[in-house]
Amino acid sequence: MTASRDRAVIVGIGESPYARWGGIADRSQFALACEAILNAAADAGLPPSAIDGFASYSDDANDPARLMVALGIDQLRFASMVWGGGGGGSCGALAHAAAAVESGQATAVAVFRGLCQGQSFRFGQYHAWSPDAAFTAPFGLFAPAQMFALLARRHMHLHGTTSEQFAEVALVCRDNARRNPRAVMHGRPLSLEDHQASRMIADPLRLFDCCLESDGAAAVIVTTAERARDLKTRPVHVLAARQGSSKGWGSGMLGGHNMPDEIYATGNARVMAGELYGRAGVTPEEIDVAQLYDAFTATVIFSLEDFGFCGVGEGGPFAADGNLRWPDGRLPVNTAGGNLSEAYIHGFNLVVEGVRQLRGQSTSQVADARLCLVSGGGSVTPTSAAILGV
Amino acid sequence: MPYLPDTLPFPAPDMDAAEFWAHCRERRLMFQACGDCGTAQHPPLPVCPACQSTNRVWVPAPAEARVFSYTFAHHASHPAVRDRLPYNVAVIAFPALPGVKLISNVIDAAPSALAVGADVELAWDAGPDGLWLPRFRLLT
Ligand SMILES: [Zn+2]
Repeated sequence: MTASRDRAVIVGIGESPYARWGGIADRSQFALACEAILNAAADAGLPPSAIDGFASYSDDANDPARLMVALGIDQLRFASMVWGGGGGGSCGALAHAAAAVESGQATAVAVFRGLCQGQSFRFGQYHAWSPDAAFTAPFGLFAPAQMFALLARRHMHLHGTTSEQFAEVALVCRDNARRNPRAVMHGRPLSLEDHQASRMIADPLRLFDCCLESDGAAAVIVTTAERARDLKTRPVHVLAARQGSSKGWGSGMLGGHNMPDEIYATGNARVMAGELYGRAGVTPEEIDVAQLYDAFTATVIFSLEDFGFCGVGEGGPFAADGNLRWPDGRLPVNTAGGNLSEAYIHGFNLVVEGVRQLRGQSTSQVADARLCLVSGGGSVTPTSAAILGV
Repeated sequence: MPYLPDTLPFPAPDMDAAEFWAHCRERRLMFQACGDCGTAQHPPLPVCPACQSTNRVWVPAPAEARVFSYTFAHHASHPAVRDRLPYNVAVIAFPALPGVKLISNVIDAAPSALAVGADVELAWDAGPDGLWLPRFRLLT
Protein backbone atom coordinates (compact mmCIF):
# COMPACT_ATOMS: atom_id res chain seq x y z
CA MET A 1 0.00 0.00 0.00
CA THR A 2 1.32 3.39 -0.99
CA ALA A 3 1.81 5.72 1.98
CA SER A 4 -0.69 8.59 1.92
CA ARG A 5 2.01 11.20 1.38
CA ASP A 6 3.11 9.37 -1.76
CA ARG A 7 -0.38 9.02 -3.25
CA ALA A 8 -1.22 10.79 -6.50
CA VAL A 9 -3.15 14.05 -6.46
CA ILE A 10 -4.24 16.53 -9.11
CA VAL A 11 -2.94 20.01 -8.33
CA GLY A 12 -3.59 21.96 -11.51
CA ILE A 13 -6.13 22.19 -14.30
CA GLY A 14 -5.84 24.08 -17.56
CA GLU A 15 -7.71 24.54 -20.80
CA SER A 16 -7.47 26.42 -24.05
CA PRO A 17 -10.57 28.11 -25.40
CA TYR A 18 -13.00 25.57 -26.86
CA ALA A 19 -14.51 26.02 -30.30
CA ARG A 20 -16.44 24.21 -32.96
CA TRP A 21 -14.21 22.11 -35.30
CA GLY A 22 -12.27 24.45 -37.56
CA GLY A 23 -13.11 27.32 -35.20
CA ILE A 24 -9.49 27.82 -34.16
CA ALA A 25 -7.50 28.56 -37.30
CA ASP A 26 -5.03 31.20 -36.12
CA ARG A 27 -3.09 28.91 -33.79
CA SER A 28 -1.82 25.36 -34.22
CA GLN A 29 -3.14 22.35 -32.38
CA PHE A 30 0.29 22.17 -30.72
CA ALA A 31 -0.01 25.77 -29.53
CA LEU A 32 -3.32 24.90 -27.87
CA ALA A 33 -1.81 21.87 -26.13
CA CYS A 34 1.01 24.07 -24.80
CA GLU A 35 -1.52 26.66 -23.64
CA ALA A 36 -3.58 24.10 -21.72
CA ILE A 37 -0.51 22.62 -20.01
CA LEU A 38 0.88 26.07 -19.15
CA ASN A 39 -2.49 27.07 -17.70
CA ALA A 40 -2.53 23.89 -15.61
CA ALA A 41 0.98 24.58 -14.31
CA ALA A 42 0.07 28.19 -13.49
CA ASP A 43 -3.08 27.01 -11.72
CA ALA A 44 -0.93 24.70 -9.60
CA GLY A 45 1.69 27.36 -8.94
CA LEU A 46 4.31 25.08 -10.47
CA PRO A 47 7.01 26.38 -12.82
CA PRO A 48 6.50 24.65 -16.19
CA SER A 49 10.16 23.61 -16.21
CA ALA A 50 9.40 21.37 -13.20
CA ILE A 51 7.00 19.21 -15.22
CA ASP A 52 8.95 16.00 -15.81
CA GLY A 53 6.40 13.75 -17.43
CA PHE A 54 3.66 13.67 -20.07
CA ALA A 55 0.79 11.26 -20.56
CA SER A 56 -1.87 11.21 -23.24
CA TYR A 57 -4.04 8.82 -25.27
CA SER A 58 -5.77 8.16 -28.59
CA ASP A 59 -2.62 8.87 -30.61
CA ASP A 60 -2.50 12.50 -29.52
CA ALA A 61 -0.30 14.29 -32.04
CA ASN A 62 1.33 16.66 -29.55
CA ASP A 63 4.37 14.58 -28.72
CA PRO A 64 6.58 14.98 -25.65
CA ALA A 65 9.66 15.51 -27.82
CA ARG A 66 8.38 18.91 -28.87
CA LEU A 67 6.56 19.68 -25.64
CA MET A 68 9.68 19.26 -23.50
CA VAL A 69 11.52 21.84 -25.58
CA ALA A 70 8.67 24.32 -25.91
CA LEU A 71 7.89 24.22 -22.19
CA GLY A 72 11.54 24.37 -21.09
CA ILE A 73 11.39 21.08 -19.17
CA ASP A 74 14.51 20.66 -17.01
CA GLN A 75 14.64 16.87 -17.21
CA LEU A 76 12.06 14.60 -18.82
CA ARG A 77 11.49 11.43 -16.77
CA PHE A 78 8.25 9.96 -18.08
CA ALA A 79 6.35 9.91 -21.39
CA SER A 80 3.49 7.56 -22.12
CA MET A 81 0.61 6.95 -24.47
CA VAL A 82 -2.43 4.78 -23.81
CA TRP A 83 -3.18 2.43 -26.69
CA GLY A 84 -6.47 2.60 -28.52
CA GLY A 85 -8.87 5.18 -29.81
CA GLY A 86 -12.32 6.46 -29.14
CA GLY A 87 -11.32 8.49 -26.11
CA GLY A 88 -11.07 5.27 -24.12
CA GLY A 89 -7.76 6.24 -22.57
CA SER A 90 -8.58 9.57 -20.90
CA CYS A 91 -8.54 8.17 -17.38
CA GLY A 92 -5.95 5.60 -18.46
CA ALA A 93 -3.54 8.46 -19.11
CA LEU A 94 -4.39 9.81 -15.66
CA ALA A 95 -3.66 6.33 -14.28
CA HIS A 96 -0.27 6.34 -16.02
CA ALA A 97 0.56 9.66 -14.41
CA ALA A 98 -0.58 8.47 -10.99
CA ALA A 99 1.53 5.33 -11.31
CA ALA A 100 4.52 7.39 -12.41
CA VAL A 101 4.47 9.74 -9.42
CA GLU A 102 3.56 7.03 -6.91
CA SER A 103 6.46 4.86 -8.07
CA GLY A 104 8.91 7.74 -8.10
CA GLN A 105 9.51 7.64 -11.84
CA ALA A 106 8.44 11.26 -12.11
CA THR A 107 7.46 14.10 -9.79
CA ALA A 108 4.97 16.18 -11.80
CA VAL A 109 3.21 14.74 -14.85
CA ALA A 110 1.09 16.75 -17.29
CA VAL A 111 -1.83 14.66 -18.57
CA PHE A 112 -3.41 16.25 -21.60
CA ARG A 113 -5.38 15.96 -24.82
CA GLY A 114 -5.23 18.53 -27.58
CA LEU A 115 -7.04 18.23 -30.87
CA CYS A 116 -8.09 20.55 -33.63
CA GLN A 117 -10.37 18.56 -35.88
CA GLY A 118 -10.22 21.47 -38.31
CA GLN A 119 -6.45 20.89 -38.61
CA SER A 120 -6.34 17.08 -38.55
CA PHE A 121 -9.43 15.08 -39.47
CA ARG A 122 -13.06 15.12 -38.48
CA PHE A 123 -14.03 12.21 -36.25
CA GLY A 124 -17.47 12.14 -37.86
CA GLN A 125 -15.99 11.26 -41.25
CA TYR A 126 -14.46 8.07 -42.63
CA HIS A 127 -11.17 7.04 -41.07
CA ALA A 128 -9.57 3.58 -40.85
CA TRP A 129 -10.22 3.21 -37.13
CA SER A 130 -8.73 -0.26 -36.56
CA PRO A 131 -6.85 -3.00 -38.38
CA ASP A 132 -10.29 -4.54 -38.93
CA ALA A 133 -11.37 -1.65 -41.19
CA ALA A 134 -11.34 -3.98 -44.21
CA PHE A 135 -14.32 -5.70 -42.56
CA THR A 136 -16.31 -2.51 -42.02
CA ALA A 137 -15.53 0.17 -44.64
CA PRO A 138 -16.71 -1.75 -47.78
CA PHE A 139 -20.07 -2.14 -46.01
CA GLY A 140 -20.42 1.57 -45.36
CA LEU A 141 -19.63 1.44 -41.64
CA PHE A 142 -17.50 4.56 -41.50
CA ALA A 143 -18.17 6.79 -38.53
CA PRO A 144 -18.44 6.30 -34.77
CA ALA A 145 -22.11 7.35 -34.82
CA GLN A 146 -22.92 4.46 -37.14
CA MET A 147 -20.80 2.05 -35.12
CA PHE A 148 -22.36 3.06 -31.85
CA ALA A 149 -25.87 3.03 -33.35
CA LEU A 150 -25.51 -0.74 -33.69
CA LEU A 151 -24.98 -1.05 -29.93
CA ALA A 152 -27.76 1.42 -29.16
CA ARG A 153 -30.22 -0.50 -31.36
CA ARG A 154 -29.33 -3.74 -29.61
CA HIS A 155 -29.85 -2.10 -26.20
CA MET A 156 -33.30 -0.89 -27.32
CA HIS A 157 -34.13 -4.41 -28.51
CA LEU A 158 -33.02 -6.06 -25.28
CA HIS A 159 -34.26 -3.54 -22.73
CA GLY A 160 -36.92 -1.41 -24.40
CA THR A 161 -34.77 1.71 -24.18
CA THR A 162 -36.26 4.64 -26.12
CA SER A 163 -35.05 7.62 -28.09
CA GLU A 164 -36.72 9.90 -25.53
CA GLN A 165 -34.61 8.30 -22.81
CA PHE A 166 -31.45 8.89 -24.86
CA ALA A 167 -32.64 12.48 -25.33
CA GLU A 168 -32.66 13.11 -21.59
CA VAL A 169 -28.86 12.80 -21.58
CA ALA A 170 -28.59 15.44 -24.29
CA LEU A 171 -30.98 17.75 -22.43
CA VAL A 172 -29.06 17.38 -19.16
CA CYS A 173 -25.76 18.22 -20.85
CA ARG A 174 -27.26 21.21 -22.66
CA ASP A 175 -28.85 22.49 -19.48
CA ASN A 176 -25.49 22.33 -17.73
CA ALA A 177 -23.81 24.08 -20.69
CA ARG A 178 -26.35 26.88 -20.21
CA ARG A 179 -24.55 27.75 -16.96
CA ASN A 180 -21.03 27.32 -18.40
CA PRO A 181 -19.95 30.32 -20.49
CA ARG A 182 -16.95 28.35 -21.83
CA ALA A 183 -19.20 25.73 -23.41
CA VAL A 184 -19.44 25.71 -27.20
CA MET A 185 -23.23 25.30 -26.89
CA HIS A 186 -23.63 27.98 -24.20
CA GLY A 187 -26.75 30.00 -24.91
CA ARG A 188 -28.21 27.35 -27.23
CA PRO A 189 -31.16 25.81 -25.34
CA LEU A 190 -32.42 22.37 -26.37
CA SER A 191 -35.86 20.86 -25.83
CA LEU A 192 -37.10 17.31 -26.14
CA GLU A 193 -39.05 18.45 -29.20
CA ASP A 194 -35.85 19.86 -30.73
CA HIS A 195 -34.15 16.53 -30.11
CA GLN A 196 -36.95 14.45 -31.59
CA ALA A 197 -37.17 16.73 -34.61
CA SER A 198 -33.41 16.70 -35.28
CA ARG A 199 -32.25 14.83 -38.34
CA MET A 200 -31.41 11.17 -38.13
CA ILE A 201 -27.67 10.50 -38.37
CA ALA A 202 -27.55 6.74 -37.87
CA ASP A 203 -30.83 5.26 -36.72
CA PRO A 204 -31.57 5.32 -33.76
CA LEU A 205 -29.10 8.17 -33.15
CA ARG A 206 -30.23 11.66 -34.12
CA LEU A 207 -28.07 14.75 -34.49
CA PHE A 208 -28.50 15.73 -30.84
CA ASP A 209 -27.53 12.23 -29.70
CA CYS A 210 -24.06 12.90 -31.12
CA CYS A 211 -21.26 14.81 -29.44
CA LEU A 212 -19.68 17.92 -30.86
CA GLU A 213 -16.64 17.97 -33.11
CA SER A 214 -14.32 20.51 -31.55
CA ASP A 215 -11.00 22.32 -31.42
CA GLY A 216 -9.29 22.71 -28.06
CA ALA A 217 -7.00 21.28 -25.41
CA ALA A 218 -7.25 20.39 -21.73
CA ALA A 219 -4.66 19.30 -19.15
CA VAL A 220 -4.12 18.45 -15.51
CA ILE A 221 -0.96 18.25 -13.40
CA VAL A 222 -0.46 15.14 -11.26
CA THR A 223 2.00 14.98 -8.39
CA THR A 224 2.16 13.38 -4.92
CA ALA A 225 0.29 14.53 -1.83
CA GLU A 226 3.65 15.32 -0.23
CA ARG A 227 4.72 17.66 -3.02
CA ALA A 228 1.26 19.21 -3.19
CA ARG A 229 1.81 20.72 0.26
CA ASP A 230 4.16 23.28 -1.29
CA LEU A 231 1.66 24.26 -4.00
CA LYS A 232 -1.18 26.72 -3.87
CA THR A 233 -4.21 24.66 -4.81
CA ARG A 234 -6.30 22.25 -2.78
CA PRO A 235 -5.22 18.81 -4.01
CA VAL A 236 -7.78 16.43 -5.46
CA HIS A 237 -6.93 12.81 -4.73
CA VAL A 238 -6.81 10.18 -7.44
CA LEU A 239 -8.42 7.48 -5.29
CA ALA A 240 -8.37 5.04 -8.20
CA ALA A 241 -7.71 5.23 -11.92
CA ARG A 242 -7.39 2.30 -14.27
CA GLN A 243 -7.85 0.83 -17.71
CA GLY A 244 -9.86 -2.25 -18.54
CA SER A 245 -11.49 -4.44 -21.15
CA SER A 246 -13.56 -7.59 -20.71
CA LYS A 247 -12.63 -10.99 -22.13
CA GLY A 248 -13.00 -11.16 -25.89
CA TRP A 249 -14.03 -7.54 -26.36
CA GLY A 250 -11.26 -6.76 -28.86
CA SER A 251 -11.64 -3.67 -31.02
CA GLY A 252 -15.33 -3.62 -30.10
CA MET A 253 -17.40 -0.96 -31.75
CA LEU A 254 -14.40 0.39 -33.70
CA GLY A 255 -13.69 -3.05 -35.20
CA GLY A 256 -15.65 -6.03 -36.44
CA HIS A 257 -18.25 -5.98 -33.64
CA ASN A 258 -17.32 -9.47 -32.41
CA MET A 259 -17.74 -8.66 -28.77
CA PRO A 260 -19.39 -11.45 -26.74
CA ASP A 261 -23.17 -11.40 -27.33
CA GLU A 262 -24.07 -11.06 -23.65
CA ILE A 263 -22.08 -7.82 -23.19
CA TYR A 264 -22.43 -6.40 -26.73
CA ALA A 265 -24.73 -3.52 -25.73
CA THR A 266 -22.52 -2.26 -22.89
CA GLY A 267 -19.67 0.14 -22.34
CA ASN A 268 -17.24 -2.74 -21.73
CA ALA A 269 -16.67 -1.40 -18.23
CA ARG A 270 -18.55 -3.70 -15.82
CA VAL A 271 -15.56 -5.73 -14.63
CA MET A 272 -13.29 -2.70 -14.55
CA ALA A 273 -15.88 -0.73 -12.56
CA GLY A 274 -15.87 -3.33 -9.79
CA GLU A 275 -12.09 -3.22 -9.63
CA LEU A 276 -12.14 0.57 -9.61
CA TYR A 277 -14.56 0.81 -6.69
CA GLY A 278 -12.59 -1.85 -4.83
CA ARG A 279 -9.36 0.06 -5.25
CA ALA A 280 -10.93 3.35 -4.15
CA GLY A 281 -12.75 1.66 -1.25
CA VAL A 282 -16.08 3.27 -2.13
CA THR A 283 -19.42 2.15 -3.56
CA PRO A 284 -21.57 3.57 -6.37
CA GLU A 285 -24.04 4.86 -3.76
CA GLU A 286 -21.33 7.11 -2.33
CA ILE A 287 -20.52 8.88 -5.61
CA ASP A 288 -21.81 12.49 -5.47
CA VAL A 289 -21.37 13.51 -9.10
CA ALA A 290 -20.16 11.82 -12.29
CA GLN A 291 -18.57 12.88 -15.54
CA LEU A 292 -19.55 10.09 -17.93
CA TYR A 293 -17.98 9.96 -21.38
CA ASP A 294 -20.64 11.06 -23.81
CA ALA A 295 -19.59 10.53 -27.39
CA PHE A 296 -23.27 9.69 -27.79
CA THR A 297 -26.22 9.95 -25.43
CA ALA A 298 -26.50 6.17 -25.32
CA THR A 299 -22.90 5.80 -24.09
CA VAL A 300 -23.98 7.51 -20.87
CA ILE A 301 -26.94 5.12 -20.52
CA PHE A 302 -24.49 2.21 -20.83
CA SER A 303 -22.13 3.75 -18.25
CA LEU A 304 -24.92 4.21 -15.70
CA GLU A 305 -25.39 0.44 -15.85
CA ASP A 306 -21.73 -0.54 -16.09
CA PHE A 307 -20.75 1.59 -13.10
CA GLY A 308 -23.59 0.28 -10.97
CA PHE A 309 -25.70 3.44 -10.65
CA CYS A 310 -28.66 1.34 -11.79
CA GLY A 311 -29.28 -2.23 -12.86
CA VAL A 312 -28.46 -3.72 -16.26
CA GLY A 313 -31.06 -2.51 -18.75
CA GLU A 314 -32.34 0.20 -16.40
CA GLY A 315 -30.19 3.05 -17.70
CA GLY A 316 -32.94 4.55 -19.85
CA PRO A 317 -35.59 4.78 -17.12
CA PHE A 318 -32.93 5.89 -14.58
CA ALA A 319 -32.10 8.86 -16.80
CA ALA A 320 -35.71 9.63 -17.69
CA ASP A 321 -36.61 9.77 -14.00
CA GLY A 322 -34.50 12.90 -13.61
CA ASN A 323 -31.63 11.29 -11.72
CA LEU A 324 -28.98 13.01 -13.88
CA ARG A 325 -30.32 16.55 -13.42
CA TRP A 326 -28.46 19.29 -11.59
CA PRO A 327 -28.91 20.16 -8.77
CA ASP A 328 -31.50 17.76 -7.34
CA GLY A 329 -30.95 14.51 -9.22
CA ARG A 330 -29.44 11.52 -7.44
CA LEU A 331 -26.37 11.70 -9.72
CA PRO A 332 -25.77 14.94 -11.61
CA VAL A 333 -23.63 14.17 -14.65
CA ASN A 334 -21.47 16.12 -17.08
CA THR A 335 -21.89 19.29 -15.12
CA ALA A 336 -19.91 21.46 -17.57
CA GLY A 337 -21.90 20.17 -20.54
CA GLY A 338 -19.76 17.18 -21.49
CA ASN A 339 -18.66 16.16 -24.95
CA LEU A 340 -22.25 16.71 -26.07
CA SER A 341 -22.47 20.40 -25.19
CA GLU A 342 -19.25 21.80 -23.69
CA ALA A 343 -16.67 20.57 -26.21
CA TYR A 344 -15.35 17.32 -27.59
CA ILE A 345 -11.85 17.31 -26.13
CA HIS A 346 -11.99 13.54 -26.30
CA GLY A 347 -13.32 13.46 -22.75
CA PHE A 348 -10.40 15.16 -21.09
CA ASN A 349 -12.63 18.15 -20.35
CA LEU A 350 -14.61 15.67 -18.21
CA VAL A 351 -11.52 15.02 -16.07
CA VAL A 352 -11.01 18.77 -15.65
CA GLU A 353 -14.65 19.24 -14.65
CA GLY A 354 -14.36 16.40 -12.14
CA VAL A 355 -11.55 18.32 -10.41
CA ARG A 356 -13.56 21.54 -10.50
CA GLN A 357 -16.48 19.85 -8.76
CA LEU A 358 -14.26 18.68 -5.92
CA ARG A 359 -12.77 22.16 -5.58
CA GLY A 360 -16.25 23.67 -5.44
CA GLN A 361 -15.65 25.64 -8.66
CA SER A 362 -18.14 24.20 -11.13
CA THR A 363 -20.74 26.40 -12.79
CA SER A 364 -23.17 23.61 -11.85
CA GLN A 365 -21.69 22.89 -8.45
CA VAL A 366 -23.02 19.88 -6.56
CA ALA A 367 -23.26 20.82 -2.89
CA ASP A 368 -20.57 19.21 -0.72
CA ALA A 369 -19.26 17.04 -3.54
CA ARG A 370 -16.62 14.72 -2.09
CA LEU A 371 -16.44 11.90 -4.65
CA CYS A 372 -16.58 12.16 -8.43
CA LEU A 373 -16.44 9.30 -10.91
CA VAL A 374 -15.02 10.09 -14.35
CA SER A 375 -15.22 7.64 -17.23
CA GLY A 376 -13.26 7.41 -20.46
CA GLY A 377 -14.67 6.46 -23.84
CA GLY A 378 -16.67 3.26 -23.54
CA SER A 379 -17.21 0.20 -25.74
CA VAL A 380 -13.57 0.27 -26.90
CA THR A 381 -10.33 -1.33 -25.70
CA PRO A 382 -9.06 -0.15 -23.36
CA THR A 383 -11.73 1.88 -21.68
CA SER A 384 -10.81 3.60 -18.43
CA ALA A 385 -12.22 5.43 -15.45
CA ALA A 386 -11.17 7.23 -12.29
CA ILE A 387 -12.59 8.06 -8.90
CA LEU A 388 -11.47 11.43 -7.59
CA GLY A 389 -12.00 12.56 -4.03
CA VAL A 390 -11.36 15.24 -1.43
CA MET B 1 -26.17 -2.15 -59.30
CA PRO B 2 -24.44 -3.15 -56.05
CA TYR B 3 -26.09 -2.11 -52.79
CA LEU B 4 -23.31 0.40 -52.14
CA PRO B 5 -20.92 1.90 -54.72
CA ASP B 6 -17.85 -0.18 -55.49
CA THR B 7 -15.80 2.96 -54.92
CA LEU B 8 -16.04 2.60 -51.14
CA PRO B 9 -12.67 2.33 -49.38
CA PHE B 10 -11.24 -1.14 -48.93
CA PRO B 11 -8.28 -0.78 -46.55
CA ALA B 12 -5.67 -3.46 -47.18
CA PRO B 13 -6.49 -6.45 -44.95
CA ASP B 14 -3.68 -7.61 -42.73
CA MET B 15 -1.86 -10.86 -43.48
CA ASP B 16 -4.01 -12.91 -41.10
CA ALA B 17 -7.19 -11.74 -42.83
CA ALA B 18 -6.00 -12.21 -46.42
CA GLU B 19 -7.42 -15.71 -46.76
CA PHE B 20 -10.93 -14.54 -45.79
CA TRP B 21 -10.90 -12.15 -48.73
CA ALA B 22 -9.31 -14.70 -51.08
CA HIS B 23 -12.32 -16.94 -50.40
CA CYS B 24 -14.69 -14.02 -51.02
CA ARG B 25 -13.14 -13.47 -54.46
CA GLU B 26 -14.32 -17.00 -55.23
CA ARG B 27 -17.74 -16.26 -53.67
CA ARG B 28 -17.13 -18.54 -50.73
CA LEU B 29 -17.98 -17.20 -47.26
CA MET B 30 -15.56 -18.98 -44.96
CA PHE B 31 -14.71 -18.28 -41.36
CA GLN B 32 -11.57 -19.15 -39.50
CA ALA B 33 -11.71 -21.89 -36.90
CA CYS B 34 -9.30 -23.78 -34.70
CA GLY B 35 -7.93 -27.01 -36.17
CA ASP B 36 -7.63 -28.41 -32.66
CA CYS B 37 -10.63 -27.31 -30.55
CA GLY B 38 -12.96 -26.14 -33.33
CA THR B 39 -13.63 -22.66 -31.94
CA ALA B 40 -14.63 -20.27 -34.73
CA GLN B 41 -13.20 -16.77 -34.82
CA HIS B 42 -13.81 -13.56 -36.72
CA PRO B 43 -11.99 -11.37 -37.70
CA PRO B 44 -9.19 -13.88 -38.31
CA LEU B 45 -6.33 -14.23 -35.84
CA PRO B 46 -3.12 -16.27 -35.98
CA VAL B 47 -3.87 -17.89 -32.60
CA CYS B 48 -7.01 -19.61 -31.28
CA PRO B 49 -8.57 -17.46 -28.52
CA ALA B 50 -9.83 -20.58 -26.74
CA CYS B 51 -6.77 -22.86 -26.70
CA GLN B 52 -3.96 -20.74 -28.25
CA SER B 53 -3.34 -23.33 -30.95
CA THR B 54 -1.81 -21.95 -34.13
CA ASN B 55 -3.47 -24.68 -36.20
CA ARG B 56 -5.92 -22.52 -38.19
CA VAL B 57 -8.48 -23.93 -40.60
CA TRP B 58 -11.38 -22.46 -42.61
CA VAL B 59 -14.99 -23.59 -42.33
CA PRO B 60 -17.99 -22.63 -44.50
CA ALA B 61 -20.45 -20.12 -43.08
CA PRO B 62 -23.68 -21.82 -41.98
CA ALA B 63 -26.64 -21.05 -44.24
CA GLU B 64 -28.74 -19.96 -41.29
CA ALA B 65 -28.05 -16.30 -40.50
CA ARG B 66 -29.83 -13.64 -38.51
CA VAL B 67 -29.75 -9.88 -37.89
CA PHE B 68 -28.10 -9.27 -34.50
CA SER B 69 -28.35 -5.48 -34.77
CA TYR B 70 -28.62 -2.86 -37.50
CA THR B 71 -28.62 0.84 -38.27
CA PHE B 72 -29.75 2.98 -41.17
CA ALA B 73 -27.17 5.60 -42.08
CA HIS B 74 -28.86 8.88 -42.99
CA HIS B 75 -25.70 10.96 -43.11
CA ALA B 76 -22.92 10.54 -45.67
CA SER B 77 -19.72 10.04 -43.69
CA HIS B 78 -17.98 9.29 -46.99
CA PRO B 79 -18.67 11.10 -50.27
CA ALA B 80 -19.26 7.82 -52.15
CA VAL B 81 -22.55 7.12 -50.36
CA ARG B 82 -24.18 10.54 -50.82
CA ASP B 83 -26.74 9.30 -53.32
CA ARG B 84 -27.42 6.02 -51.48
CA LEU B 85 -28.92 7.40 -48.28
CA PRO B 86 -30.38 5.97 -46.21
CA TYR B 87 -28.60 2.62 -46.38
CA ASN B 88 -28.38 -0.03 -43.70
CA VAL B 89 -25.46 -1.65 -41.96
CA ALA B 90 -26.26 -4.87 -40.11
CA VAL B 91 -24.43 -7.13 -37.70
CA ILE B 92 -25.09 -10.67 -38.93
CA ALA B 93 -24.89 -13.60 -36.51
CA PHE B 94 -24.81 -17.30 -37.29
CA PRO B 95 -26.60 -19.34 -34.61
CA ALA B 96 -24.64 -22.46 -35.57
CA LEU B 97 -21.33 -20.62 -35.30
CA PRO B 98 -21.29 -18.85 -31.94
CA GLY B 99 -18.56 -16.28 -31.60
CA VAL B 100 -18.81 -15.10 -35.19
CA LYS B 101 -20.54 -11.88 -36.15
CA LEU B 102 -20.11 -10.21 -39.53
CA ILE B 103 -20.62 -6.56 -40.46
CA SER B 104 -22.64 -6.46 -43.67
CA ASN B 105 -25.75 -5.02 -45.36
CA VAL B 106 -29.23 -6.37 -45.98
CA ILE B 107 -29.68 -5.41 -49.61
CA ASP B 108 -33.44 -5.49 -50.03
CA ALA B 109 -34.64 -4.24 -46.66
CA ALA B 110 -36.81 -1.16 -46.36
CA PRO B 111 -36.32 0.61 -43.02
CA SER B 112 -39.64 -0.74 -41.73
CA ALA B 113 -38.79 -4.31 -42.73
CA LEU B 114 -35.51 -4.72 -40.89
CA ALA B 115 -35.58 -6.00 -37.33
CA VAL B 116 -33.27 -7.54 -34.78
CA GLY B 117 -33.71 -11.29 -35.12
CA ALA B 118 -34.79 -11.22 -38.77
CA ASP B 119 -33.67 -14.27 -40.76
CA VAL B 120 -31.42 -13.51 -43.72
CA GLU B 121 -29.55 -15.42 -46.42
CA LEU B 122 -26.25 -14.77 -48.14
CA ALA B 123 -26.38 -12.74 -51.38
CA TRP B 124 -23.04 -12.00 -53.06
CA ASP B 125 -22.71 -8.43 -54.27
CA ALA B 126 -20.04 -6.64 -56.32
CA GLY B 127 -17.42 -4.78 -54.28
CA PRO B 128 -14.27 -2.76 -54.95
CA ASP B 129 -11.38 -4.13 -57.06
CA GLY B 130 -13.34 -7.06 -58.48
CA LEU B 131 -14.04 -8.28 -54.97
CA TRP B 132 -17.29 -10.01 -54.07
CA LEU B 133 -18.80 -8.85 -50.81
CA PRO B 134 -20.89 -11.12 -48.58
CA ARG B 135 -24.17 -9.22 -48.29
CA PHE B 136 -27.54 -10.61 -47.21
CA ARG B 137 -31.21 -10.49 -48.13
CA LEU B 138 -34.29 -10.95 -45.99
CA LEU B 139 -35.84 -14.41 -45.92
CA THR B 140 -39.59 -14.16 -46.16
ZN1 LIG C 1 -8.57 -23.82 -30.20
